[in-house]
Amino acid sequence: MKDYTQNFVELIRRAATDLPVDMEGSLRKARDKEEEGSAAESAFDTLIKNVEMAREKSTPICQDTGTPIFEVTIPVGVSMRELTDYIRQACAIATERAYLRPNAVDPLTGKNSGDNTGEDYPTIHFYEGDDEAIKVELLLKGGGCENVSAQYKLPDSKLGAGRDLDGVRRVVLDSVYQAQGKGCAPGVLGVAIGGDRGSSYVKAKQQLLRPLADKNENAELAELEDRIMDEANQLGIGPMGFGGETTVLGVKVGTQHRLPACYFVSIAYMCWANRRAQMEINLNTQEVSYA
Amino acid sequence: MHKLNTPISDEAIRALKAGDPVLLSGTVVTGRDAAHKFLVENYIKSDSIPAAEADLYETLKGLLDGGVIYHCGPVVSKIGEDQWKFVAAGPTTSIREEVYQADVIEHFNLKGVIGKGGMAGRTLKACQDQPAVYLHAVGGAATLIAQSVVEVANVYKLEFGVPEAMWVIHVEDLPLIVTMDSHGNSIHDTVEAQSKEKLAALLG
Repeated sequence: MKDYTQNFVELIRRAATDLPVDMEGSLRKARDKEEEGSAAESAFDTLIKNVEMAREKSTPICQDTGTPIFEVTIPVGVSMRELTDYIRQACAIATERAYLRPNAVDPLTGKNSGDNTGEDYPTIHFYEGDDEAIKVELLLKGGGCENVSAQYKLPDSKLGAGRDLDGVRRVVLDSVYQAQGKGCAPGVLGVAIGGDRGSSYVKAKQQLLRPLADKNENAELAELEDRIMDEANQLGIGPMGFGGETTVLGVKVGTQHRLPACYFVSIAYMCWANRRAQMEINLNTQEVSYA
Repeated sequence: MHKLNTPISDEAIRALKAGDPVLLSGTVVTGRDAAHKFLVENYIKSDSIPAAEADLYETLKGLLDGGVIYHCGPVVSKIGEDQWKFVAAGPTTSIREEVYQADVIEHFNLKGVIGKGGMAGRTLKACQDQPAVYLHAVGGAATLIAQSVVEVANVYKLEFGVPEAMWVIHVEDLPLIVTMDSHGNSIHDTVEAQSKEKLAALLG
């Protein structure tokens, strides 16, 4: 296989230094809803100016360039080991070029590896697909918003949450209240219903890769997403928790089959800087495209 | 718009109210989890200052007296021997330092703490007593904030790693919002209380 390290570096650069068009657009719309002269409006102004500046200078939008999470779909026969090597090398190069902050810390010694590689770091998931192409989605998931992500076990009597979609609504709203501005609101909520404790968080994070305009195929879930978005914004937490009209920019819900005994709801809270980027390598033409 | 210059006077701090935007100029020291733990364990809670850390203690006392600490783990690029530039430098979540912050404010006579997300009761009380203020930077606005950093003067404890080291920086017109003042007011408390009521209504 050809060495795709430099392509992965470019994918990382794009994710770290430029916000997806739909995310930037949603920030501009949110800005116009805030009261003139308010702290919320000034926060949005700063965010938008920062996004423009980061793109222009090709420097990170946020200094916390997060955990790089790679979702890779490959055709039959492509080596996962080789691709893993390219990805790890690309992380090290991207760190050297200051697209990424050195973010991989040994939990026992506290030592930072210095190059964004380490034990199970970065996160890479492989899937086998039908096309003669390698398709990569990258999410840079910041630590501040990771800390306010939450997992609930239903029923939750304190929140009056049963094992149904109204129960899901209740715990998700509670998680937004608990997060306040600490996860760099306004956030995007990736929600997973079902699964086990581990698979549920993975599913929740995968929801963050969906474009904001992506409508859930399941009508009930589509309605739930809209309702939670509307109600979360009624909480009035606003950007950075300064108070304001917009507390979340998007809500995306996915489901997994669950054990009879378990009903988990996981909320992957993503900060306003929902840094996702895609790359496709066509193996017939060797053409590489980014989005 | 209030303009603050380090070292900051008590009068300037008392004049600030929660919600005020400010522009900060002067010297700022970054410090997050490892730095706060280090300061408290070696200088504040220890019976005697470890000999190896004594020089740094004197230096930090000078820098932090009337000064400002910034909860920030920057992206830096090395531009020469012992020469650095801040590439991206937004705030990190402050509440993790709640266990340490009040002690650090009191011990070093800090006038300002910059971060994001706000802090809790002990820090708010220390802000009233000292006096000091909590200054909220816009989370994630890292490239923009890095533009306000005109010079990286020094770095201590680089062995903690780039994000955790104590970087001594000179800033010019760093845009911030006072969210906890020296009169006991916290925007974070107000917003939390209001959103709690709203949540109760939504959950019926």
